[in-house]
Amino acid sequence: MSGVRVLVGTSKGAFVLTADGRRQDWEVSGPLFGGWEVYHMAGSAVDPDRLYASQSGGWFGQVIQRSDDGGVTWDAVDNDFSYEGETGTHPWYDGSPRPWKFTRVWHLLPSVDDPDTVLAGVEDAALFRTTDGGASWSELPGLRTHASASSWAPGAGGLCLHTIKPRPDDPDSMLVAISAAGVLATDDGGATWEPANAGLRSEFMAEPEAEVGHCVHKLARHPSRPDVVFMQKHWDVMRSDDGGMSWREISGDLPTDFGFAIDVHAHEPDTVYVVPITSDEQHYVADGRLRVYRSRSGGDEWEPLTEGLPQSDCYVNVLRDAMAVDAMDPCGVYVGTTGGQVYVSPDGGDHWGPIVRDLPRVLSVEVQTLP
Amino acid sequence: MSGQQRDAAPAGTLPIRIVVPGHLRTLAQVTGEVVVEVAAPVTVGAVVDALEAAHPALAGTIRERDTGRRRAMIRVYADGEDYSNTWTGTELPRAVLEGREPLRLVGAIAGG
Repeated sequence: MSGVRVLVGTSKGAFVLTADGRRQDWEVSGPLFGGWEVYHMAGSAVDPDRLYASQSGGWFGQVIQRSDDGGVTWDAVDNDFSYEGETGTHPWYDGSPRPWKFTRVWHLLPSVDDPDTVLAGVEDAALFRTTDGGASWSELPGLRTHASASSWAPGAGGLCLHTIKPRPDDPDSMLVAISAAGVLATDDGGATWEPANAGLRSEFMAEPEAEVGHCVHKLARHPSRPDVVFMQKHWDVMRSDDGGMSWREISGDLPTDFGFAIDVHAHEPDTVYVVPITSDEQHYVADGRLRVYRSRSGGDEWEPLTEGLPQSDCYVNVLRDAMAVDAMDPCGVYVGTTGGQVYVSPDGGDHWGPIVRDLPRVLSVEVQTLP
Repeated sequence: MSGQQRDAAPAGTLPIRIVVPGHLRTLAQVTGEVVVEVAAPVTVGAVVDALEAAHPALAGTIRERDTGRRRAMIRVYADGEDYSNTWTGTELPRAVLEGREPLRLVGAIAGG
């Protein structure tokens, strides 16, 4: 493995950070799409030079960009995310019914075996797919037309589908996460869906253990053990051992179990990372200290990772898509902050350092491990 | 008017100058004003039709994909008048039809 390429989406453009396998010396390029929000960028596993980016903004709407040369040049592809058939309503923040309306693409997931096939999670919550490299997008309407959809209310960021987790051994079997509906599962490639929230409890809901309505912030699963899924919920860090059918809490000794991001070590399926955030009213790290927490036991017992991270006067957040791991050995861990820093630990979390310090607010971080 | 983008004029059309916001010039890979040929009646809607046809990357950025309505934070001005809510039925002023003034598509001021 020759190196890594880190794809950083920010509130004012995108940046590409590259390094060799030592991950010590970094080249920073960008901004791409300067002035636009880039909620997510992702690369194909089978063709690492094929990249996709979600570019959006309040003025001009949604643009999808595609690169065939590793991010050197880009072309706008189709941006028509029209829902299939009739659209219903969902509750707005005040409880009133609001018609479903496309706002932006939150998350892009290229297929593991075809660079032209990509899933897109969007706001208002729905799942779209392209099979022609972005030349056209089609909705998988079974999700948005699920019987529970008329009860899905938006989280603070909107009614967004932000996480797509297919089983590595069966891509037709997927989990998606929606704020604030929770997790839904399909076993037939997205034609039909069922809620997968048993065991979640959310005090902001009238019925805290309801089948849907939970504000799930992010899911993570290791490819070698697809039945095990980790979750950072609004509050609570959770774990499923049956592919999402039931969940148990693993917050254990975390200083706070509110947070957004969660990920799993590339080579150790029981090693999990989270970034605890003070609370849902104070969206910054606790005590002015940026601490990534690591569990090596699949949850419950957590250790703070602090070496090289700011431990005073720090009040940043790490958003849901702003943590990633590479597949190098040792595994690299990356976090991007709302203060514009991107930190890397090239040794699984023991030591950290900034790649860049002064980017715009970081919305997402993805890592490609290059051959 | 350096950097104008202009194709050969079809019969019975007028060349309409358009000022496009900077972000959309980048997206369309053009510089300066854009010129499109538009058949009468030359309304805002007809000009945007022609602009999107000439520059498909702009589809969905000026008016919404699902409703076809002007995006909320786009304003449209011509010869000192606000045409933001007059997309059909009203022809653009003579100064625009004669090429003395551009149609101006403007991103609304919204802070930040």
